[in-house]
Amino acid sequence: MSEIVLSELPPTSEAVEAAWRRVQLARHPMRPRTLDLVALIFDDFAELHGDRGFRDDPAIVGGPAMLNGRPVMVIGHQKGKDTETNIFRNFGSPYPEGFRKAQRLMRLADKLGMPVVTFLDTAGAFPGPAAEERGQAEAIASSIKLMTGLQVPIVVVIIGEGGSGGALAIGVGDEVLALENATYSVISPEGCAAILWRAPEAAPIAAAAMRMTAADQLELGIVDVVIEEPGEGAHEDHAGTATAVKQAILASLGRITRHDTEALLTTRYARLRGIGLVRETEAASGQLPQEPSLRRRIGRLLRLPGVPRRPRWSEIWPSGEDADSNEEGA
Amino acid sequence: MQIKFPFSRRREVTAEAWTVCPSCESQIFNRQLERNLRVCPTCGHHFRMGIGQRIELLLDEGSFVERDAGLESGDPLGFHDQKPYVDRLKASQIKTGLREAAVWGIGTIEGQRVAIGLFDFHFMGGSMGSVVGEKLARCFEAALIERIPAIVVSASGGARMQEGTLSLLQLAKTTAPLTRLDDAGIPFISILTDPTTGGVLASFASLGDVILAEPKALIGFAGARVASGTVGEDLPEGFQSAESLLEHGFVDDIVARPELRATLSRILRLLPVAAAEDGWQTTSETRGWGPIGVLSGMAERLGTAVSETIGIEVEKPVGEEPGATRRPREEES
Repeated sequence: MSEIVLSELPPTSEAVEAAWRRVQLARHPMRPRTLDLVALIFDDFAELHGDRGFRDDPAIVGGPAMLNGRPVMVIGHQKGKDTETNIFRNFGSPYPEGFRKAQRLMRLADKLGMPVVTFLDTAGAFPGPAAEERGQAEAIASSIKLMTGLQVPIVVVIIGEGGSGGALAIGVGDEVLALENATYSVISPEGCAAILWRAPEAAPIAAAAMRMTAADQLELGIVDVVIEEPGEGAHEDHAGTATAVKQAILASLGRITRHDTEALLTTRYARLRGIGLVRETEAASGQLPQEPSLRRRIGRLLRLPGVPRRPRWSEIWPSGEDADSNEEGA
Repeated sequence: MQIKFPFSRRREVTAEAWTVCPSCESQIFNRQLERNLRVCPTCGHHFRMGIGQRIELLLDEGSFVERDAGLESGDPLGFHDQKPYVDRLKASQIKTGLREAAVWGIGTIEGQRVAIGLFDFHFMGGSMGSVVGEKLARCFEAALIERIPAIVVSASGGARMQEGTLSLLQLAKTTAPLTRLDDAGIPFISILTDPTTGGVLASFASLGDVILAEPKALIGFAGARVASGTVGEDLPEGFQSAESLLEHGFVDDIVARPELRATLSRILRLLPVAAAEDGWQTTSETRGWGPIGVLSGMAERLGTAVSETIGIEVEKPVGEEPGATRRPREEES
């Protein structure tokens, strides 16, 4: 990836406003959700339930569907429409069993050779104690791992919020599409603001700084295609949005299915391996201990004068003071 | 006005020479703490450890050779919170003497060659950005090419927010090589130290074939600040501790620091790298799943002794003793 440095300054107020508007559109209560789009895009869909281990998580839905006469496996986060359905769907934030259900469906797709289409729309994986006890991190990690090795094409569509690990858990694909007003971020803007600004009100600034809009993600190479939304946004025209998404999925599947399985996996691996900005500089080799000569080794052993002692690794990289405990990650 | 006493300088030194244990509040002489592997001699509290000391603790003396030491982060987003990201990076580099939050290299543990990656929490909270992800991916790929076990010692707050989704995708970048290690039959051991949270735990750190944790280490998906903000309730004490993870079946064992090296060495002996003909690509095809496949796979590893008893013909590698396939790592070193 080439180096993209846009500005070394804090985001401007216009940039903050524009980013925050997109975040609000991505979270719009009337925005089409996974099941709305599935009903409009696919000819047939049979929802399958349960992770076969603990329970069915309504925050993730999925099952086989027919796309223009071709069977595919559909998996997506599911948010609710109102307070009642949102409580049932846990606001689209999955528990570990949700990701395990997704894994089960992906394995089925792998077995039957069906392409996988996923819809991302979550603020993030649920962080509560119950989720931790059942292994939230493990569920996300193994879901990501499964997707990196899945022997069928995967198309990912970000339709609303692409929130952190909970989104990526079903978001590793051969192509990533995003609706125009969708967002994708490493942490929610509120969470980022709470940690880096220590003030949740700074969320709009954090949203701009993280460059989480679909257009930004396209520029960063995380998203391959941005799908235009009708009118003011997808919430105004579900059918129009569904048509655009369907066209984009078909086009994407057309591009991916040209590869055979081996090429597909190699390309997917190369795509993931290439993400990020890494600078290769001269190694600090002067510091590194070299293989010592016999004379030096004996000299060191007997502590002879004139034989320089090899620096210990703990002298090169000393332990820092323990007071430092600020969270920097997500 | 501050009055300067003639002894004030000595007092200052005294204050720096002691550390108060956050767990039992006893005063520990710093040099004693270092000698005791940064473990409190009174209550056994494990203090955080730098990468240098960790290498000395785990690897044979002088065996570690760092790889890719020159990798450095850029600022792909032009990220700016209260301070620019580049300034934060520089401050961390000065503070720790490291270029990034992780280091990887090749070393030996009681003579057994391994590819090892290590985190330092003091460098921006051990957070994983592009460079940390790249180093770990290269670490796993080196393990794959050399056919030696991979080890990662984690201490991280998670993905680095300052690199946005590029950091998030490091979860996938570091996980993808693990699928190849599986196909090649190469073990990966994950060691979780205080603290391991967020994106690092939600990727390779949770995917070890064997996962070990240090006592009382904070290990969890959501950092306390994120969790209490989202859930809006008080969180129970210790639900993200190593002990809780052991109870719920997400780590294999909790190992105190003085025993870590011996435990690691034992596991490496007990979980040898699978024998391979030529490279990882062929392994997945040759290793069958049926009972015969499993038996022949076992026979390959154990050599002719088994093949005689179970009656399966095993092709002996030309010019090698039957036992040689059991310890392939010795051939590499």
